[in-house]
Amino acid sequence: MNTQPFRVIGIGAGFSPNLKANLYEAARLCIFFNAKLVLIHVGERTDEKATQLDEIVAPFKVQNLLYSIVFQPGEPVESIISATEKYKIDLLILGAAQRENIFKYYIGSIARKITREAKCSILLLIKPSVDRIQCEHIVVNGLEDARTLQTLDAAFYVANKLNASRITIVEEIRQQEVAVHVDDDKSLRAAKIKKEKISRREDYRVQQMISQVPDTYKKEITIKTQAIFGKRGYSIGHYAEVIGADLLVMNAPSKTNFWDRLFPHDIEHILTELPTDVLIIQ
Amino acid sequence: MSLKENKIASVFKALPKNIFSGFVVSLIALPLGLGLAMASEAPPIAGIITAVVGGVMVSILGGSHVTITGPGNGLVGGLLIAMTVLGPFGAYAAIIVSGVVLLVLGFLRLGKLADFFPSSAIQGMLAAIGLIILGKQFHIMLGNRIKRDGNIDYLLEIPTTIKGAFLYDDTGFTYAAIAGVISLAIMVFYSKIRNKYLQLIPAPMWIVLLSIGFSYYYELVLKLPNPIHPAYMISNIPALAEIVADIPTPDFSTIGTLPFWSSVVALTLIASIESLLSIKAVDKLDPQKRRSNINRDLKALGLATVGSGFLGGLNVVTVIARSSINVNNGGSNRSSNFFHASFLVLFIGLFSTQLTRIPLPALMAILVYTGYKLASPVMIGKIFSIGREQLIIFFGTLITTLLVDLITGIIIGVVITFIIHVILTKSFTLFIRNVLKPNVLMFREAGGISENSYFVSVKHFCTFLNFYKLKDKLDAISEDTDVVVDFSMCEFVDHTVMENLHNYQELFSKRGGHFEVIGLDMHDTKSEHPFALRRLLPIPNVIKNSLTRRQIALEELAKDYHLTYDAQKSTKVHFLETFYTFTTKKIEHITNRLSNSENIINTFDITFSEGELITKEIIRTTMLIIKLPNEVPLFTLDKEGLLEKFYSLAVHKDINFKEHSDFSNRFYLLGDNEIAIRSFFTDELIHFFESNPYYHVESNGKQLLIFNKERIASIKEIKALLDYGKRLRQVICEEVITL
Repeated sequence: MNTQPFRVIGIGAGFSPNLKANLYEAARLCIFFNAKLVLIHVGERTDEKATQLDEIVAPFKVQNLLYSIVFQPGEPVESIISATEKYKIDLLILGAAQRENIFKYYIGSIARKITREAKCSILLLIKPSVDRIQCEHIVVNGLEDARTLQTLDAAFYVANKLNASRITIVEEIRQQEVAVHVDDDKSLRAAKIKKEKISRREDYRVQQMISQVPDTYKKEITIKTQAIFGKRGYSIGHYAEVIGADLLVMNAPSKTNFWDRLFPHDIEHILTELPTDVLIIQ
Repeated sequence: MSLKENKIASVFKALPKNIFSGFVVSLIALPLGLGLAMASEAPPIAGIITAVVGGVMVSILGGSHVTITGPGNGLVGGLLIAMTVLGPFGAYAAIIVSGVVLLVLGFLRLGKLADFFPSSAIQGMLAAIGLIILGKQFHIMLGNRIKRDGNIDYLLEIPTTIKGAFLYDDTGFTYAAIAGVISLAIMVFYSKIRNKYLQLIPAPMWIVLLSIGFSYYYELVLKLPNPIHPAYMISNIPALAEIVADIPTPDFSTIGTLPFWSSVVALTLIASIESLLSIKAVDKLDPQKRRSNINRDLKALGLATVGSGFLGGLNVVTVIARSSINVNNGGSNRSSNFFHASFLVLFIGLFSTQLTRIPLPALMAILVYTGYKLASPVMIGKIFSIGREQLIIFFGTLITTLLVDLITGIIIGVVITFIIHVILTKSFTLFIRNVLKPNVLMFREAGGISENSYFVSVKHFCTFLNFYKLKDKLDAISEDTDVVVDFSMCEFVDHTVMENLHNYQELFSKRGGHFEVIGLDMHDTKSEHPFALRRLLPIPNVIKNSLTRRQIALEELAKDYHLTYDAQKSTKVHFLETFYTFTTKKIEHITNRLSNSENIINTFDITFSEGELITKEIIRTTMLIIKLPNEVPLFTLDKEGLLEKFYSLAVHKDINFKEHSDFSNRFYLLGDNEIAIRSFFTDELIHFFESNPYYHVESNGKQLLIFNKERIASIKEIKALLDYGKRLRQVICEEVITL
């Protein structure tokens, strides 16, 4: 396991009302993860902007925050992506906007494009806050995928660093996998048995993965597994919302093309409807 | 004995009962079949052919258990148009094709298609069909055969016919009208007379028997011709041999035309809706609690319709009235449907000449009555009580169906429903944005009241447009388990969904399960009816119009347990602030309070958020408070490891008991005064905690606060909570509270 998955944390610093909250969140994470912060501003360098950003991050200097401010003129998506590559950013933080209804968050088109194209991990914050809010409960996907182990590692790492108390690993079981249509009592029984079998198998698989996570990260964390039945990618977000999780950790999508956006799946669902803060591990 | 042999043995054992119930059903199927066929302008025998073919084929191939198949009332409207536009032979072709379409629907597993129609629109359509039947047959019932263009014209002329009935020159017509009126009276008053001999024979059969008896009385006793005009007698009931010889050849020449296909669509649509509604309703009646295989039944109905069409019969559908009579008379498997068909063959074989002694008006009275039942004012009243907007949908569909046709009618019904939903929610985007999203989440809850408890959460909106997604999930749950459906994240729930959920509720409670709907307490309704549509209120604290089903259940619970119930929202929550849990939380309000007379035991739903300004996460849950007679130490007890969720600063030390390792391992006990706590936690108390389900228990010195889930509790969970609190108090202070 990578003992420090996030060495450099990047954040797009646009001058919006959320700027201070966004930077505070990023700076706090850097301190927790012992990482360096890179503030990426899309636009020409001016001294005024630089001092303004410096002032915001100033309170964290006492906690030995290392940071740099970079100015990247050009088209926002490209500039930020190229900056993540140039400065070897491991984790990019993006803030979400809020819909008219106070309970719903969505992610703007720029952030969405970045999420799709970035080669590093992404943290989407639904409600950045100047004061720290304790992260208690982390939900992480337990998909049968080569990347899942890495995602799980990262989730435990984050839980450990942020002092979270609970991790729930969610196995999403698709209808296709059950493959029994429920028509009558007989097929209902068959489907039930099949589901239990799949749940057990999935549980075993996840337990195997959990056992590979170093014990130091599992200390003082309640680990739970939960099988849910629903649409892959969407239902995990719904679940995180139902149980009131603070952070959802997911695998990065393998690839997205035009059709994926038209018929959203996996991560695209989460992007249209952020249930909570989402961490996408690349 | 193997399982299969066992099954066969039980079928044989049930055979006598099924033969009997098949016989009783055939008594009704005979006159109804004749009447429905005539109402559709098909030869009367077509109805019997439909019932026979349907009964034989569906009983062999079908997937339901106690249903009866045959000609249906709903199809009369569609068949009428097919018969008049395409001619009888063209209509048979349309029936055959609609059977094929039904078969295909069954293979494509589209049994759920009927779920896409709003229930008020379906009711409007059925009422329109009722009015079509009633309007047309009323005139024949009173001996006045007329031919008009529109369905409305028939209805408008009813008063003229009534007046005319007193002024016939020919007494033959007057007698016909009298036969009709007496028959109608039999239909109306039959159910009101409680006499076991009278009730042995169903009302339609009484009409048949009485009119045949009347005819024989004139012929044999009075030696006079039948006074009823010969034009108003059933003609041409062929004998069995003739039926076989005269099988019509369907005429497929119109297959390329629009009227042909619109007939096919109308017939398929109504046949599937009527059948699926009936199957759903009959499943609830099944004493053996079996689940019908809808798609298999659809296939069987399709195949039977094809067969029936080729033999000169009509569409085969599952019929609710005959099916429920079947269940009431002890029908327990599909063989009763088969026997009902066999008895019909027997009747036609033995009594085909006697059947021509039945006067038409008598038969039509049966149809007028069924037509009236479909469109009765009682039903309109029911719909009105659900909400005024349902009435708009109902009448919109009804009038369009009468004026134009069935397909347009149901389409208009769907459109009106959708427009009303958009107006009520003031949001078009809510539907457009979310209609394709998989908005239903289901998972098995660990640590629920029972091992088999499922939690289903629905997001965004839930209406006829996407109910099938919820239904898919619910159908995958066996009915003897516990289900909680949570709508708190759902902004809009319509009447169709509420009604369907009610059906699930009934089904689950009949089969030993428990089905509960939560999260609707924050929604507003237009009426007090439990099926009324509900929309999430943007601003809480508005006075609500009605209680939700859960609140009604709470009210009942209160009565049952001698508690007082208060549904009103209250912001007087200071009494909670002495509990450690709430020191860092902001309590919004409490609702649905249950308390006993001395206020010793107290439950409520509470809404709170974490922290004053950062409305990070809003939590709704149900809590219990019990008052204690004497002072106890301050402590907090929860599942090991879970407590940190509630205490951001986990600086407290877990108090462990050496002699109770199980308790110490499983529970996390906090408190400042360790000595007092140790003496308070007696062996008896620790045993109590060890042997009961987990709850979060915390004391503020005088009271105990008990809760366990971060969501609103179901009624069953509240009962469990009350019981737990009661017993806990008993252990602590050896004082019994009576509930």
